[in-house]
Amino acid sequence: MAAATTIDVSQLSKAFGPVQAVSDLTFTVEPGQVTGFLGPNGAGKTTTLRMLLGLVRPSSGSATFGGVGYHDLEQPLAMVGTALEASSFHPGRTARAHLRIYATAAAIDAGRVDRVLTQVGLAEHADRRVGGYSLGMRQRLGLAFALLGDPRVLVLDEPINGLDPEGIRWIRGFLRELAAEGRTVLVSSHLLSEVQQSVDRAVIISRGRLVYDGTLAGLEMSAKVAVDAPDRAALLSALLAAGARVDPTDAGLIVKDIPAAEIGAIAQRAGVPLSLLAAQQAGLEAAFLELTSDEPPPRVGAHAAPPVEGAQS
Amino acid sequence: MNLVRATRAELDKIFSTRLWWILALVMFVYVGSVAGILAGVFGSLDTSADPTAPVLDMSEIHLIIYSSASAIGYVFPVLLGALSATSEFRHQTLTPTFLANPRRGQVLGAKLIAMALVGALYGVIALISSIGPGALILSLVGQDARLDDGNTWILVVRVILAMALWAAIGVALGTLVPNQVAVLVIVLAFTQFLEPILRSVSFIWEWTAQVGQFLPGSASDALVGWSVFTSLGMMTSETVALEWWQGGLVLAAIAAVAAILGYVTTWRKDVT
Repeated sequence: MAAATTIDVSQLSKAFGPVQAVSDLTFTVEPGQVTGFLGPNGAGKTTTLRMLLGLVRPSSGSATFGGVGYHDLEQPLAMVGTALEASSFHPGRTARAHLRIYATAAAIDAGRVDRVLTQVGLAEHADRRVGGYSLGMRQRLGLAFALLGDPRVLVLDEPINGLDPEGIRWIRGFLRELAAEGRTVLVSSHLLSEVQQSVDRAVIISRGRLVYDGTLAGLEMSAKVAVDAPDRAALLSALLAAGARVDPTDAGLIVKDIPAAEIGAIAQRAGVPLSLLAAQQAGLEAAFLELTSDEPPPRVGAHAAPPVEGAQS
Repeated sequence: MNLVRATRAELDKIFSTRLWWILALVMFVYVGSVAGILAGVFGSLDTSADPTAPVLDMSEIHLIIYSSASAIGYVFPVLLGALSATSEFRHQTLTPTFLANPRRGQVLGAKLIAMALVGALYGVIALISSIGPGALILSLVGQDARLDDGNTWILVVRVILAMALWAAIGVALGTLVPNQVAVLVIVLAFTQFLEPILRSVSFIWEWTAQVGQFLPGSASDALVGWSVFTSLGMMTSETVALEWWQGGLVLAAIAAVAAILGYVTTWRKDVT
C-alpha cells in the first residue's frame, strides 16, 4: 500500500433520461477515517459510486481518486477496492474461482485470493459454488473482492445489508482497522443507525443533492435536546438570551441546534439549576430524517419510523 | 500483454462453470449419432442395384460424413459464446469485470479470442465424434474410411477454424442481444429452422442462390468444403458456393459486425 489518496467529487451530475439522479454534487473523502455516504433509498448514492468507479458516465462534473479518474488508474484494483451490491456473482462459480478470475484480469498475485478469503472468514467455503451462499456470505465475498488488490481506497455500497449481528460487529471493527491503516474508506448506507458507530464523517445526500458534509457531532448539533429546570421561566429566558430556538412543551423545553453541553453551560452561567438535560434519543436519526425528507419533521418524542429496508438506491 | 491477461481471465470464466462441458457432451452425442447414421445409410447404399436411386459420388462420402462435425455441430459453440456473454449481463458480473479492467474494448476482444479458442476445442471434440463413429461404421459396411485421404485432414483443419469463428459469432450475438432467453430463442430458431428453409428455398432461382451463399450456414459449409446440405443440394440443382476462404471471411465479417454493434449498443453503456 503506497501513499494515501483522497476521493474528490466535483460538481457531479447524472440524468437518466428525464430523471435527475445526481445534481451538482461536490465533496471530498479524506484518508485515515471512515466516511459514511448516507441518504434514503433512491437518493443517488449508488449512481454516485458507479460514476466514481467508471461504470456510469457522468452527465457533467468529475469524480476522481486524487485527481485520477478510474479509467486512468495504473492498476485499478490495487488502488481502489470496491464492493457494490451483493449479487455480482455467477452462481455456478466457486468463490475461489470468482476471485482468481479478477486477480488474473487485474494482474494481482494469485496468492492474494487465499489471503482475502481467510481475511473475511470464507476460507473453508472457498470451493463451494456461490449460488449456495447466504446473503451474509455473499457480502463477505464482495468484501474479499474489494480487498483483493490491497487497495488504498475502499468504496463499499451498503456492506452491512444482510449481515447478522455478529457480522455487523465484525465489519465495524474491520472498517475501523482499515481506516487506521491510513486507507480512505467510503461506506454507503440508507440507515444512519447502521453506520453511526463506525463512521467519523458523514456525507448525506437526498434527491441527488448534498444536504450535509461534516462530522457526526456536527450533525448532532442540528438535533434536539430536552432540558428542564424547577424554574422553567428563568431557564427559558436564559436560553432565549443565548439565541437558542426553544419549544416549550409540557415535559420541558426542547432546544434546537445547540449541543447539550453548551445548554448546561448557559444554565450554569444564568445560575439556573437543571432538573433534566438529555439529547433526544433519536437525535442523530431525527436530524438525518429531517435533512433527507421533504415531509415535515417528526414531532419531538414521537417515535421516528425507520426507513423501509430492502431495495437499494 | 494486457490482452493476454484479459484473455486468460476470460478462459478461466468459461472453464470455471459447468456449461462448457455440458454443451460439449450434448454436441458429442448428437454429432456422433448423426455421423454414425449417415455412415450407415450412405455407406450401404448400393447404387448399382436400383437405377432410380440418387447418384452419389461415393468417393467423397467419407468427407460428407465427417463434415457433420461443423454442419450439425456448429450451433453448440454459438450457444456457448452467446450464453457466456449474456450471463455477464444476467448475473451482473460486468461490474467486477469492468472494475478489474476498465478498458471495455479490450475485455470484449479478450472474450472473442478466448471463446474462439474454446470453439476450436469444440471443433476437435466434434471431429472426434464425427470421424470416430463415422469411420467405424463405414468400415463395418464395407466402405473405406479414407483416413489417409489428404482431403480428410484439410477438412479437419477447416472444421476447427469454422467452429472457432462460430464461437466468436456467439459472443458477438450475446453482446448484441444481452437477454439470455431472447438470444437462445434467436440462435435456435435461426439455425435449426429459419436458415435451413432459406437455404432450401434459395436454390430455386439463380439470384436467390447468389444471396443464399452468404447465409452463415452456407458460408460455413463453403469454408469446410463438404457438407450433407450442399451435397444433397448438388443432386437437385446447380449449386452456388463461395470459395472456402470466402466462406471463412463471411463468418469473420458476421462476427466483427455483430461485435461492433454489440459494443456500441450495450457493451459501452452505463452499468447500473
